[in-house]
Amino acid sequence: MPSDERRTEARRVLGICNACGYCNGLCDLFEAAKHRPRLADGDLAHLANLCHGCRSCLYACQYAPPHGFAVNVPRALAEMRHQSYADYAWPRAFAGLLERGVLTAVMVGLGAVGLLLALVLWSLPHDILFAQHTGPGAFYRIMPWGWMLVLGLLPLAWSMLAFGMGLHRYWRAARTEAVTLTLRALLSALRDVLLLRNLSGGGPGCNDLDEQPSHKRRWIHQGMVLGLLLSFAATGVATYYHHALGWEAPYPLTSAPVVLGTLGGLLMSAAIAGLLWLKRHGDREPTAAVALKADYALLVLLLSVALTGLALLLWRETAAMGLLLAIHLGSVLAFFLLMPYSKLVHAGYRFIALLVEASERTRQRDE
Amino acid sequence: MPDPNPLGATPDVLVIGGGTAALCAAIAARRAGVSVRLLEQAPRGLRGGNTRHSRNLRFMHVKTTPLSTGPYPETEFWADLERATAGTIDAILTPLLIQGSEDITDWLEGAGVHFQSHASGVLPPSRKTAFLLGGGKSMLNALYTTAERLGVVLNYATEVQDLSIRDGRLEQVTISSGGHVHTLSPRAVIACCGGAQASRDWLRTHWGDAAEGFINRGTPYAEGKVLRSMLAQGAVSVGDPEHAYLVAVDARSPDDDGGIATRVRCMPAGIVVDVRGRRAYDEGGDTASTRYALWGQRLARFPGQIGHLILDARGVRAAPPSLYPPLSAASVTALAEVMGIDPVALAATVADYNAAVRASDDPGDTAAWHSVGLDPPKSGHALPLTEPPFAAYPMRPGITFTYHGVGIDAQTRVRLTKGGAMENLFAAGMIMAPNIIPRGYVSGLALTIGIVFGRLAGQEAARHAQR
Repeated sequence: MPSDERRTEARRVLGICNACGYCNGLCDLFEAAKHRPRLADGDLAHLANLCHGCRSCLYACQYAPPHGFAVNVPRALAEMRHQSYADYAWPRAFAGLLERGVLTAVMVGLGAVGLLLALVLWSLPHDILFAQHTGPGAFYRIMPWGWMLVLGLLPLAWSMLAFGMGLHRYWRAARTEAVTLTLRALLSALRDVLLLRNLSGGGPGCNDLDEQPSHKRRWIHQGMVLGLLLSFAATGVATYYHHALGWEAPYPLTSAPVVLGTLGGLLMSAAIAGLLWLKRHGDREPTAAVALKADYALLVLLLSVALTGLALLLWRETAAMGLLLAIHLGSVLAFFLLMPYSKLVHAGYRFIALLVEASERTRQRDE
Repeated sequence: MPDPNPLGATPDVLVIGGGTAALCAAIAARRAGVSVRLLEQAPRGLRGGNTRHSRNLRFMHVKTTPLSTGPYPETEFWADLERATAGTIDAILTPLLIQGSEDITDWLEGAGVHFQSHASGVLPPSRKTAFLLGGGKSMLNALYTTAERLGVVLNYATEVQDLSIRDGRLEQVTISSGGHVHTLSPRAVIACCGGAQASRDWLRTHWGDAAEGFINRGTPYAEGKVLRSMLAQGAVSVGDPEHAYLVAVDARSPDDDGGIATRVRCMPAGIVVDVRGRRAYDEGGDTASTRYALWGQRLARFPGQIGHLILDARGVRAAPPSLYPPLSAASVTALAEVMGIDPVALAATVADYNAAVRASDDPGDTAAWHSVGLDPPKSGHALPLTEPPFAAYPMRPGITFTYHGVGIDAQTRVRLTKGGAMENLFAAGMIMAPNIIPRGYVSGLALTIGIVFGRLAGQEAARHAQR
């Protein structure tokens, strides 16, 4: 959808919301929109990122289709949110990657895994690649530590830079005069992230699937985040073992990296399966096709990282370890590369939106 | 798609309508152990009558609750109704309403409905009413789910054409659905299908040509067939068919179903002229929320039932968000041309008004600005209209409900003109609201009437069916 159409539609529906106001108990969006009655382009980006896509306001809306006003806030803001991801992407030439989320994920995913496979197939004689390797340093006989470092850190550094540039530009646009950073606002925003308060529909939950409110998506999402954090923790501990203690992977089954990684991988896989199930069975009306595709792309990417990691653990003492390691490292590489060009950016933009909102709220209360 | 609930089996209790009263009646009757079928005229996506456009309900409570900002005792509820209806209060039904309202928030929560607490910090302060989380449609979703879970059979897009009444007994209900006509003879019927305000023909019989200038704010399905059928067959008529609750709405609103967002609210900030460009009322006299209904009645008496609220740029800046942006022009005469009013007349009206405006002693106290020597006066908020661009909201009377219904007794049975009441025909909701409120209105009352009398009608109808 062209960006003008997205803005026009978001402005139209939020204008009706501002004249109505019945939904202001469901989440922060509606009061925020009331305080920005001009609904300028920057306001729309902020409001779209404040919206958690919980869908409750569509089911609550007296003007939702088949009513002639055809108000569908979650869909209009999903489109608008997507527009803002593209608008703030860095470098701008890469914005198209976000518009074609599935294609980008598939190409980068296959490319990265293909690259790693090609690398090990080309650099290693088959009797080494397909041999059983056990004991300390087994992984590095397939891929030397230095290579792993280069293949991990360089893309990660680039992605962090691109992610950070996008967030910086968004922050400059979203930060109104009323926004002053205080510890109170920061804590309030962090609390909103931790509890996903805006995914609770004002108490009873959101319309994850249909007319019934539930807390499913809220809990499952946080389960996935916890799984991701555990996996990062596993990597962190392993790095510490390697550098500080000089212990080389693979680590025993009862070691911290393996336990953390296994728990993280299992939790992530289960949660992603849950989220995919919700997407598959949920009403399509309150979402936009472009947003749904971006969700699928990121979820499948994360699932592939988790599943290949678990597979590597399961078969690390067999002849398949070499290829599994290459596939796992390839999917991690794809994940790193796609961080700033996938749905993952929502984490940053949403945090900023919550921070801006918390700051304006605390200021209003002080006045 | 085939109808999931074909109209084959005759229920013990048939509920006509799909709004608050109908759902509360169906749930109460089903809980009492009888089989219940509910017929909603609207398709599923537009179900729920005018409850879809509602937000809060009035309830008696002796203690402060999280849902309101203070207590609202029975005596005060009574006094509010007495004032609103100018003393024409029903001595039997009104106590039933007030006392019945005490537990309705608990009852609704038990049926899956959620309220918005004042702790949310974003509600207008209200001591007397409780706000539904997400508004009326969220409540409808919860009540429909509960009714279905309890085993109430639901039929959407199903219209009752006629009732056959003989010797104080409802014999048969004629139903049209999917192009077919069916008849059912249930043991008891509860009519919860509202008034007739969506029917242009009906409006025209009572309002004449003025009806053409009305906008129906609510559901297009309130056509009043059941109401008229009952009245034609000897039901007691209550209220006055020539009275309606009207509010000022934007003239560009759709003919039906525009709801809350179509209201025009900022009359005190400007002047209101008719199609000839002349003022007729004091725009600064009323600033409470009662002004919406006052202006509805006034617009009904305007030529062509259309008026224009004129603001200058300052007024536009202060105006609350509106569904449609105001018409705008650089000068008053240019604005008159956009609106189709005589530019000379409008310019004269604005000039006379501006010349008559006097600042208050404290110029910052804009509420005290007033006109001197102007007829009609503008007694408050009379700031001059001088800052271009100028803007106008065209306005028409928006009909919300009519004060015309059927009389009921304390068991919600429909009363008969020849005396006594129908043994198996009950009524609840706006179709009988004029028993309680034959004129005037207080906010949140319509939902309360629907819940209290819907629930009561469900229990009474179930009792009758089990006899």
